[in-house]
Amino acid sequence: MAANPRIKLPDTAKPGEVIEIKTLVTHVMETGNRRDKTGKPIPRNIIHTFVAKFEGKEVFRAELGPGISANPYIAFCMRVPGPGAFEVAWTDDQGVTTTATAPLKLV
Amino acid sequence: MPPAATACQGHNLPDKVAVPQRGILYNTGYYASRPRVPDPIDITILSRRTFLASAAAAAALHPYFARAEDAGPHALAPSQKFKDDYERLVGSATPIEGKVTVDLPETAENGNFVPMTIAADSPMTDADYIKAIHILSTENPHAHVATFFLTPVNAVARVQTRIRLAKTQNVVVLAEQSDGRMLISTTLVKVTIGGCGI
Repeated sequence: MAANPRIKLPDTAKPGEVIEIKTLVTHVMETGNRRDKTGKPIPRNIIHTFVAKFEGKEVFRAELGPGISANPYIAFCMRVPGPGAFEVAWTDDQGVTTTATAPLKLV
Repeated sequence: MPPAATACQGHNLPDKVAVPQRGILYNTGYYASRPRVPDPIDITILSRRTFLASAAAAAALHPYFARAEDAGPHALAPSQKFKDDYERLVGSATPIEGKVTVDLPETAENGNFVPMTIAADSPMTDADYIKAIHILSTENPHAHVATFFLTPVNAVARVQTRIRLAKTQNVVVLAEQSDGRMLISTTLVKVTIGGCGI
């Protein structure tokens, strides 16, 4: 299960400016290939879907595999259309969706 | 790789070496199944010059000494899963090289945590934009690492993440344009300690 979601935005932005959005969440990203001490396979538990929305409109989506590091960090760019807030959602194999929101301050 | 088998044996030993006859004890029972250690007489015949020549030949030709960078970026054998995924994404088309920039460390000390930045050369307008970026690893147990879906809203086709690499391998990034054409970039990453249990 994911914890401690973080979204890093620039302190201020102007409409029309291209900004970078950095996201980070705490998650084991268990690959399903490892075994525990008794030899039993540890079931796969990764964040497989990442969705970023701005004012309800999807702006970026990612499908992740076991080859993404634990605590997945994803950064992407966006041209600021106007005032609003980001809603970011991470969904893992246990069906848990962790969300975070961050308002964008405009100059 | 040139044929190494014959050239490696270039230590110029005479055809027949005077090996002392072994006693009957050595030809039966326990000793008969043991690998024969060369008698000291074999070693003394090797002069310094012939020994050095043979060692140099072995170093130049034996596969054990072949280094990854000598082999070039495409010489490492990609896994079947990579070939399947590549085939599924690219099909029979020929991807265009040179329009995707992938920033990866040349040597990754920890394969569990390899930062990468992907930037595709695209105007990102409604008519011409990058709609997806696929990361494939050639030798991870799961070839497909991630896919990022972009739209013209993103304005810049630039993505950062951190990936796992099981061992030294090529990382292939495919960027899919809105017109369906593929851009490709292949980067060799040397991994010191592989990502555990990927």
